[in-house]
Amino acid sequence: MRILLVEDDEDVARFVTKGLRESGHTVDHADQGRDGLFLAASENYDVIVLDRMLPGGMDGLRLLETLRATGAKVPVLFLSALAQVDERVKGLKAGGDDYLTKPFAFTELLARVEALGRRGRSDAPTTRLSVADLEMDLLARSVKRCGKPIELQPREFRLLEFLMRHAGQVVTRTMLLEAVWDYHFDPQTNVIDVHVSRLRQKIDRGFSFPLIHTVRNAGYMLRAEA
Amino acid sequence: MSPPLTLPPDPADRPFLRLVRSTGFKLAALHAVLIVVSAVALSAFFWWSTAGYLNRQTDLAVRTDVQLLTARWHAGGTEALAPAIEQKLAEDADDEEIYLLTDQVGRVLAGNIEQLSPSSLHEGDWHEGPILRDGQATVGRIYALDLPDGSRLLVGRDVKQRLELRELVGNAVLYGTLLALILAAIGGLLVRRLLQSRLAPVAATATAIGHGDLSHRVPLSGADDDFDHLAETVNAMLDRIGVLMDGVREVSNAIAHDLRTPLARLRGRLEEALEQTDAANLRAAVERGIAELDGIIGVFQALLRIAEIEAGARRSAFAGLDLAALLADAGDLYGAAADERGLVFVVDLPPSLPMVGDRDMLLQAAANLLDNAIKFTPPGGQVRLAAARRGGDIEITVSDSGPGIPAGDRGKVVERFYRAEASRGTPGSGLGLALVQAVAQLHGGTLAFEDAGPGLRATITLPAPEKPLEPEHAYVMAG
Repeated sequence: MRILLVEDDEDVARFVTKGLRESGHTVDHADQGRDGLFLAASENYDVIVLDRMLPGGMDGLRLLETLRATGAKVPVLFLSALAQVDERVKGLKAGGDDYLTKPFAFTELLARVEALGRRGRSDAPTTRLSVADLEMDLLARSVKRCGKPIELQPREFRLLEFLMRHAGQVVTRTMLLEAVWDYHFDPQTNVIDVHVSRLRQKIDRGFSFPLIHTVRNAGYMLRAEA
Repeated sequence: MSPPLTLPPDPADRPFLRLVRSTGFKLAALHAVLIVVSAVALSAFFWWSTAGYLNRQTDLAVRTDVQLLTARWHAGGTEALAPAIEQKLAEDADDEEIYLLTDQVGRVLAGNIEQLSPSSLHEGDWHEGPILRDGQATVGRIYALDLPDGSRLLVGRDVKQRLELRELVGNAVLYGTLLALILAAIGGLLVRRLLQSRLAPVAATATAIGHGDLSHRVPLSGADDDFDHLAETVNAMLDRIGVLMDGVREVSNAIAHDLRTPLARLRGRLEEALEQTDAANLRAAVERGIAELDGIIGVFQALLRIAEIEAGARRSAFAGLDLAALLADAGDLYGAAADERGLVFVVDLPPSLPMVGDRDMLLQAAANLLDNAIKFTPPGGQVRLAAARRGGDIEITVSDSGPGIPAGDRGKVVERFYRAEASRGTPGSGLGLALVQAVAQLHGGTLAFEDAGPGLRATITLPAPEKPLEPEHAYVMAG
């Protein structure tokens, strides 16, 4: 994916750029708002990672508002030290698609950036999802593996649906909490792990290879290969 | 008045200005002006009703005489007038009437005073001045009347005694006013001194507190007056500030302890990593360091979040919601964790509980209580999540069959960083219940702990909305 990073802190920028490149993405970096807006408007990016507080007379909110006013639909992830709920709401209102507060784990950033990049590409409504021998019918709300029906609770169904929509990508626990349970809070302990392990028992137990994988220090991934 | 802490640079060089600006002086001056105005008003009334009354009586008597004598002249002319005047003079028991009748050329026809210079009197004039009555110098008030035949009639009264009386009254009024003025000045000074003596302790206390000594309080006079009420209010405020300052101090100490300790561990881990030559060991050491750092970030964010909630900033996210559905989600999230630990998890919720609040914060509060209950209840025990509307309140209870909290410690669990002795070994920041309390207060409610016999029952009591609300999800965070 082509990613634009607008971030004024040198160390954070270097660390994020390096990480994204190592994950196979192309990264352009701007260290102030005006340069960032120029790049965002003239080039074609899959995702923009945007800091809120930027030097050069244009902060992240203004940049995004200006960009959205030109009709650009590119997904934008805010990366900001402004963590209060009001700031978060402001960022999303200005046209942001996701909001991650500093300090952050790189795996969380990467997972969110990749999820946003994919969201941009698949707009068409789907009725069926399938990964390897696992099939999900979104209309009938049914799941089959190797043609064998699997009974899932509604919440487990939504959890699996999210994992399947992001198959091959790392999905963090916070992303699951926000997408499946629709809450933004700190669960203290890893309650999500319990839910994933229950789902895993229904999906993977008794089959030749596992589909749900734990990614160390990051989260989970649904993929066919081991 | 200038605030107590910023005194003018050198008040001694302009003492007069300082005196004039002081509230005491202004009150005293107002007091004096009121007294003088009332004294003058009283004197004026007194004057009008005594000296003025005498003057009006005199004028009335003279006018009556003039009418009477004019009638006599019309009846019999000057010839009839002279004997009438003589008769009146003879009948004058008070010995104060004055008459003078002169003919066209100024000869005296009747009367008891010397001729007055004609130029000094005009027809219809009132004259008051020194005259010679029966050869004696006195003061008269005289009315002049020119009769149609050219003769002139003067009618008056001897007012010497009245003038003396008037002077006496005038002096009394003047001295009375002066005396009132002096009394007003003295009274004003007394008021000023009284005010100053009552305000000085407040100023002294404020100055001492301004210099950092929070133990000072305004002394009460015991009079139970307005000043005492003010002093009580100020003292109550100072007590509250003292409690808050103590809280800040406690939190600072707790932060010092609860952040320093993990920071020290983190530093140790990093130093340890520096010494590793084997790549796998190095990696493991750095990973432990990052885990330690995540813990510190968690504490830090929880602290900021509590501060944000306590400042009331989160209220902007308030919207109508169904608390029953929200708690069902919490039960769904944590029920699996309870099962995992071998606990019986019971959820007892009504079909719907509409209210207005911050859904993320309410879920966080329920999550913290459930997390605690699950963490501290030994396997085989029970955790119960319930909610119900009771009168004007909504009660959320999380009860467990764990070890509970000793009665003496129940107040402390909501303090930041408080951790019961028994829980030292379990993970946690010691901020969870402080956050629950902050969320409850943000929604106008309270958090209480009771003995569930055995175990602990935590109850969040929130005010229920007065009219039923349509539950709606006002905003959804992007995932």
